[in-house]
Amino acid sequence: MIFLSYDSPYDPSKSFVVPWDLPPSWEHPFGTTSRGQDLFWWLTFAVRNSLYVGVVTAIISRVISILVGLTAGYRGGWIDRVLMAISDTFVVLPLLPILILLSFLLRESMNLLNLAIILGLFGWSFDARLIRSQVLSLRERSFTRTAVYSGTNSFWITIHEHLPFVLPIVFATTLNNLLWSMGMEVTLSVLGLSDLSTPTLGTALFWANQHGALVAGVWWWITAPALVTAVLFLGLYLLFTSINEYIDPRTRLRLIGG
Amino acid sequence: MTLLSVRNLRAYYQTEAYGISRTVQAVDGISFDLFPNEIYGVAGESSCGKTTLIKVISGNIKHPLKVLEGSVIYNFNGYQVDMLQISEDELRRNVRWKQISYVMQGSMSVLNPVRKVIKTFEDIVRTHEGITDKKKFLEQTRAHINRLGLPTDVLNAYPHQLSGGMRQRVAIALATVFQPALIIADEPTTALDVVVQRGVLHMIKDIQAMSKNTVLLVTHDMAVHANVTDRMMIMYAGRIAEEAPTESIFNAPLHPYTQHLINSLPMIGEKTTRTSLGGSPPNLANPPGGCRFHPRCPHVMDECRTVVPDLVTVKERHRVACHLFKEDSV
Amino acid sequence: MSTSEKLLDVQHVTVKFHIGGLLGGTFLTAVNDVSFSLESNKPEIFTLAGESGSGKTTLSRVLLRDLEPTAGRVLFEGRDVSTIRKRSEFIEFMKKVQPVFQNPFETFSPLRRVEAYLFDTANNFKMASNDRDAARVVDDALRNVGLSLDEVRQRYPHELSGGQIQRVSVARALISQPRLILADEPVSMVDASLRMEIVNLFRKLRDEKGVSVLYITHDLATAYYISDRIAIMLRGYIVEMGPVEDVLERPAHPYTQLLKESVPEPAPQKRETWARHIELGATEVKEYGRIGCKFAGRCPKVMDICREADPPNVQVGQQMVKCYLYSERGEKAAAEAQP
Ligand SMILES: Nc1ncnc2c1ncn2[C@@H]1O[C@H](COP(=O)(O)OP(=O)(O)OP(=O)(O)O)[C@@H](O)[C@H]1O
Ligand SMILES: Nc1ncnc2c1ncn2[C@@H]1O[C@H](COP(=O)(O)OP(=O)(O)OP(=O)(O)O)[C@@H](O)[C@H]1O
Ligand SMILES: [Mg+2]
Ligand SMILES: [Mg+2]
Repeated sequence: MIFLSYDSPYDPSKSFVVPWDLPPSWEHPFGTTSRGQDLFWWLTFAVRNSLYVGVVTAIISRVISILVGLTAGYRGGWIDRVLMAISDTFVVLPLLPILILLSFLLRESMNLLNLAIILGLFGWSFDARLIRSQVLSLRERSFTRTAVYSGTNSFWITIHEHLPFVLPIVFATTLNNLLWSMGMEVTLSVLGLSDLSTPTLGTALFWANQHGALVAGVWWWITAPALVTAVLFLGLYLLFTSINEYIDPRTRLRLIGG
Repeated sequence: MTLLSVRNLRAYYQTEAYGISRTVQAVDGISFDLFPNEIYGVAGESSCGKTTLIKVISGNIKHPLKVLEGSVIYNFNGYQVDMLQISEDELRRNVRWKQISYVMQGSMSVLNPVRKVIKTFEDIVRTHEGITDKKKFLEQTRAHINRLGLPTDVLNAYPHQLSGGMRQRVAIALATVFQPALIIADEPTTALDVVVQRGVLHMIKDIQAMSKNTVLLVTHDMAVHANVTDRMMIMYAGRIAEEAPTESIFNAPLHPYTQHLINSLPMIGEKTTRTSLGGSPPNLANPPGGCRFHPRCPHVMDECRTVVPDLVTVKERHRVACHLFKEDSV
Repeated sequence: MSTSEKLLDVQHVTVKFHIGGLLGGTFLTAVNDVSFSLESNKPEIFTLAGESGSGKTTLSRVLLRDLEPTAGRVLFEGRDVSTIRKRSEFIEFMKKVQPVFQNPFETFSPLRRVEAYLFDTANNFKMASNDRDAARVVDDALRNVGLSLDEVRQRYPHELSGGQIQRVSVARALISQPRLILADEPVSMVDASLRMEIVNLFRKLRDEKGVSVLYITHDLATAYYISDRIAIMLRGYIVEMGPVEDVLERPAHPYTQLLKESVPEPAPQKRETWARHIELGATEVKEYGRIGCKFAGRCPKVMDICREADPPNVQVGQQMVKCYLYSERGEKAAAEAQP
């Protein structure tokens, strides 16, 4: 669907390019909206943008959580305490009100990228804690000491010895994070707090709601995005469980016969 | 009368992942008997299949372990049990703990770390016999603990408050509450130091002497076998190399592997060089053909490379699987 | 370097751990006033033996500079190791003192090929100037332990047998051409035949490479087999020390006697001594907290004086023994108790 969007016959930002309120048909597989847009093609953009938010958020938060988690875990001492204090602060901050506040403040520049960055900055703390606790136990295992007495410095110990154990956790939580940020975007959009001119799964629902789609009997306007969202989430879930199984050291060990 | 009779047992680990299948021939054609009132030892190097053998005869057969052929038949004073046919339910109700109990290397897995020791006793007794009279249960447990020479206050301790050796002895006490006919101990002292090891093994010997049951002791430490067991088998790469009374194993070993094993043991007061076995341990996923010991054997003959030697009885109660020995040649 | 200089000189090292809660709690003296030394010009295998929880690992961590002693000093080649601060100095130190750990399967990460550690060691200690050189250095080290780079290349730890990994672990320690190897229970996880393989290797290193080995174990049979001197530890103290033949053939301290007697002999006809029942110690912490001799609670020859104050170190023949049985004060006390 994402790739289809590049081939779309219609420009998503324009409205009233097709007859409005048409139910699903061969010509318009998901029907058209009250704003005269082809829902199928419009949704291809929506999925692309939503995924974009999800992926950017996930990447940013992953990078931060790995950095913070590995450093705090391996270095310990005051570095650990400071980093964990910061991370705890992020965990307890009430996210939604802050996001709403930020959306008001940034109203003008609240584009998708900014939204993703903000979400990314908020989404790392829990995983950082998880990674840190994993590293704490790895640090006590003999192979870490072997590496130390092989003259390896702490940077390479972290990269070579600990990161491979941490990556599966990171991948497992990426999915959660992706879904979380896409969900967040939907929430904000439905509340009308994001950049409403960009098609996303959230704005789809927002506009449908604005036009009283259900009341007006344009059921497909609501159903289609909901269905696409469900399929998308399910697909991601399956994709990640299989990637995860492939990457998890335990499966790998079993595979190579450990 | 035999307590357990194992015939031609073959149990492999069969794993398959992403199209790569692997078969580990961990137990490959083992036959032996256990009799009442004896301590029987199983020795052999690491990963030769000792634990796997134990798993099969104690009815712990889970994927990827599969029994391909053979039989494992118990006779508990007339109560016959075919371990490979018995239902999980009957196994749990009538056999485990009551007839066969199991002591493992890490005793923590039996003891619940967040409950007092007495509570673990209570749980076990309740699930197997039920407790009608709590006072009587407490009395019996105390008596049992006392009989084994442990202080009764261990019952009110949490597992982490006990030393490693005490914990292991509590685990043994737990395994023997129902006076089982067979006690299986898999490396019960490997992680312990010599003093504690001595205490734990004494306890096992005492229990056996008291209740005249059978103990199956698995360890790679030959010195332990020398001091504890009556009869023993030497396993090599999933098969029995030799089986005999412990004294014969040490004083008149026949199989070249056993001979090497005995000769390599260091002793205080003797500083002559001990050689280690050349070559590397066999890979059970792809074992050598013929006699599995042949790549490391100093007496290897052509026959050894192709023909699997039978386990033949060469003397009374002495069996060996080696082409150097034929049933009639001795 | 003068010939009389010491390779390792441990002077009155004490390590205290705080145990119990944040508030209150007590101290456990895991290493108590331990002193011994290894000569620089005479490579030897020195065994540190004792029950579980007697402070052996803690002491070895101090020697590896992994742990600061509460009191006392450790001199390596005449230099106090606690003055090592800079990373470059630490690298120099590690080059000369290398560890071998207990569990071969834990020594290397299961997710890394074992040769990576060997090459890391060669490169980090600047033992090689380029990759080809590094391969040669690594191969040399592996040949010392009866392996070769070809056998190990591309392999993960679980693809090697326990004995092989432990030999790789020793090979890794050898790469920087150390003067001292600290082996903490290197054979307790492996079976008898592999045990001899590794133990023989230490012997060879001493004789052919001039490497000293500090061998930590509770297996007195292998200790007797390979070592020159032995120190017996009990709850933080060294209670007996001397040439291994003297200490193990004629143990003076009742605790050493108990240890020796508890080693099962691989001879079924000699079961009696081992089969004699023994008193197992109270819990570790209790024995650590004891005033006077820590063994008093289990000692068959205990006297009143043993429970009052630390026994002195007495020289008995070649051995140093920490026991009242051999001191004047103890003899006096025993004589008084007699009539
Ligand atoms: N769950 C499993 N899946 C696949 N292979 C296994 C499994 N468990 C054990 N094996 C393999 O079976 C063989 C025998 O293992 P087993 O645990 O019986 O050895 P052991 O004689 O008890 O060794 P040790 O003295 O080290 O305990 C080994 O090669 C081992 O790698
Ligand atoms: N970090 C620590 N904090 C508190 N107590 C400790 C710590 N490390 C060790 N101890 C205690 O110090 C004592 C000595 O431990 P150590 O590990 O040095 O013994 P060991 O002789 O190596 O024993 P083993 O043979 O079991 O390895 C033990 O009672 C142990 O519980
Ligand atoms: Mg086993
Ligand atoms: Mg230790």
